[in-house]
Amino acid sequence: MYVAVKGGEAAIEASRTLLAASRRGDRTLPQIEVAQIEQQLGLAVDRVMGEASLYDRELAALAIKQAQGDLQEAAFLLRAFRTTLPRFGASLPIDTACMTIARRISAIYKDLPGGQVLGPTVDYTHRLLDFSLITNEEPPCVPFADAPLATDMPRATAALEAEGLLTSEPDDGRTPPDLTREPLMFPASRAVRLQALARGDEGFLLAMGYSTQRGYGGTHPFAAEIRYGTVTVEIVSEELGFPVEIGDIVVTECQMVNQFKGSKTEPPQFTRGYGLVFGHAERRAMGMALVDRALQARELGEDVVAPAQDEEFVLSHADHVEASGFVQHLKLPHYVDFQSELELIRSLRAEAAARAETALKAAE
Amino acid sequence: MNNTSYTFAYLDEQTKREIRRALLKGLAIPGHQVPFASREMPLARGWGTGGMQVTAAVIGRNDVLKVIDQGADDTTNAVSIRQFFSRVAGVRTTTRTEEATLIQTRHRIPETPLRPGQIMVYQVPQPEPLWRLEPSRAETRRLHALAEYGLMHVKLYEDIAQHGRITLAYDYPVLVHGRYVMAPSPIPAFDNPKLHRSPAIHLFGAGREKRIYAVPPYTDVISLAFEDHPFRPWKAEAACALCGSTESYLDEILIDDRGTRRYICSDTDWCERRRTGGKTA
Amino acid sequence: MLTSGFADPIHDAQAAFRALLEAMARPGTIVSLPPCDPPPPLPQAAAAILLTLCDRDTPLWLDGPFATRAVGEWLRFHTASPLVSNPADASFAFACADSAPFDALAPGTDEAPERSATLVLLVEGFRSGRPLRLAGPGIESETVLSVDGVPNAFLGWRARNLALYPRGVDVLLITRTEAIALPRTTVVQEV
Repeated sequence: MYVAVKGGEAAIEASRTLLAASRRGDRTLPQIEVAQIEQQLGLAVDRVMGEASLYDRELAALAIKQAQGDLQEAAFLLRAFRTTLPRFGASLPIDTACMTIARRISAIYKDLPGGQVLGPTVDYTHRLLDFSLITNEEPPCVPFADAPLATDMPRATAALEAEGLLTSEPDDGRTPPDLTREPLMFPASRAVRLQALARGDEGFLLAMGYSTQRGYGGTHPFAAEIRYGTVTVEIVSEELGFPVEIGDIVVTECQMVNQFKGSKTEPPQFTRGYGLVFGHAERRAMGMALVDRALQARELGEDVVAPAQDEEFVLSHADHVEASGFVQHLKLPHYVDFQSELELIRSLRAEAAARAETALKAAE
Repeated sequence: MNNTSYTFAYLDEQTKREIRRALLKGLAIPGHQVPFASREMPLARGWGTGGMQVTAAVIGRNDVLKVIDQGADDTTNAVSIRQFFSRVAGVRTTTRTEEATLIQTRHRIPETPLRPGQIMVYQVPQPEPLWRLEPSRAETRRLHALAEYGLMHVKLYEDIAQHGRITLAYDYPVLVHGRYVMAPSPIPAFDNPKLHRSPAIHLFGAGREKRIYAVPPYTDVISLAFEDHPFRPWKAEAACALCGSTESYLDEILIDDRGTRRYICSDTDWCERRRTGGKTA
Repeated sequence: MLTSGFADPIHDAQAAFRALLEAMARPGTIVSLPPCDPPPPLPQAAAAILLTLCDRDTPLWLDGPFATRAVGEWLRFHTASPLVSNPADASFAFACADSAPFDALAPGTDEAPERSATLVLLVEGFRSGRPLRLAGPGIESETVLSVDGVPNAFLGWRARNLALYPRGVDVLLITRTEAIALPRTTVVQEV
């Protein structure tokens, strides 16, 4: 007699062993080092850190190795680790105006203080496969610049703000809520929305942002500035009472400037969509900025008609750890519920057949 | 980096306090969904993270834990969750319903009657009973506040108009303590009556949707129905091929490719006890 | 000198929570809470509830007799809960029987009835005194409970509280080391 899924324990153990073997692959090849992932798959590391909300390059690289390069799975691994970490406090807000710039571009000015800094970008590479990478040819070394970059590189939006043409968004001094420690409730504050977007699935942010460009909640965006580089993180320790630097992180910031006609209470001015993410992740920061702006529809008195403007829709579906878990939970056994549906559909069919027969007899 | 040593039952104490407060409020407002932050767990969302967080907040060293999925102790996810708690809490586990003080379940309530002193923990994929009718949780929250359940009654009535009966077979909505419409989790409707005035405590955890709710012992839990269309749960009209039971919930098993089927108890412990005459195998 | 909390913070808090869960699930059931060593006049049972359920996220209101400097210091160290002067802002209120701010406590809202206060009320004992008949969820048919030192205003307030359902304040009656829960759903009547 067949009995369903006996010996689950042994099967699970064997499956784990098989998984480890399949991760290892061909044992005649050397194992990939976590440090190599960290160095040579840096953009994957950045994405995993962003979606896990944990800045730790080494652990992100480890997660990528463990997940066999499945970046969503890697972000999940890193989040499950993050959730066990104690909280020591909150840092001061980082100041991206004081960033050590690696790249900075503005699409709204031909030139601006500090200049356009192209930095490392795939934007102008021709997307031709580089076969020299198969043979591990070393790329040329980078020459040092004649002079360092300007240390003072104001954000491209500063001039618009000074002129009053861009919505000013002063610090209200409130401690932002922590989405990972408080339930997400609607309507959500912008601080909560930005947190949710910052850790949201990059593909989802991209698709939602893209949809606004195609007319589903259009916001007329201009990329005022995209910058990436290193910023210093500071905390105020209770014992010392003054800020202490605890380290540097790499972030990408995108500020979109969007058209807004003005309302009864506000004169015409541009509005802002904001994206800030860990590491070098321009696509992610830009998607975030587009969606952030679309989600301001309610506050700005715009009609909420498109998916990207619907905060409950966007925030409830932006998280791939939740989405992936729930989609894949369909793999779990559901035979008890399926059985009750089977019984139901059989009895409905029997009833329908009986009714048809009665009707036929009545007609005769 | 070495393996970090985790705290008892995995969750940190602050998280446990938050969940514990939510559970107490849940018991005080039977059937009402209490929001909670819901931590990321080392198990995928939708695979029991809500139930696991509730179990982790409740479990103590003296508990005896049973974990079932589809009524069975040996389904893979039940095995995985049971292993997790033996590892992080070091508790004794059992497959025997009457021995357990804490039973985490997905999709079933055991056939063996529950007793005072036992706590059921349900894994809940979708805590909102109105979700098919109104997708916005901001809106359903308002409907619960107003006890405005007309949508649900219309849906059930449309079922009757179209099919001659209510066509919900599982996760069949219930009215708790005369006030809140509640999702009993995807248990077959067959199990609903076991919730009504049960002597045990029933705790529900939805990790992905970040809600906790509860039904205290001896609380009215009434499956929604109409006077002329009373609640009618279904089960296969057959006897278990292993123990001969006709009163338990049965799973259908295909035994060849011509569609020949047999039925066996979904509750593996109950079936085994019947076959061994009440003795442990 | 700061006195200690639970001897075993993790497992004592778990045991205390299970006692409170049982109490809340079965109104009228007397449960005992694990020992701890709070500064007087804070009763052990109150301290056990504080250590088990309270932290930075739970504003506390302390009745005059409990609001001593020593209790304040003990709380700052063990729970870090903010102290509030308006009972309406408290998620937990610790009161003596004759000065409980019953009607001032937050009953939550229709959408969030869980955002209501829990009143921890010190009484003299559970084995003698005024008999009360309890009914509601958690009680098989009805149960009779004797409470010594229950204030006169209590029953009238309970009736008003019941009428607010699903909003409402939940009550933990405590003695030195024991507790009984009367959630908002419990109908309390004089025998």
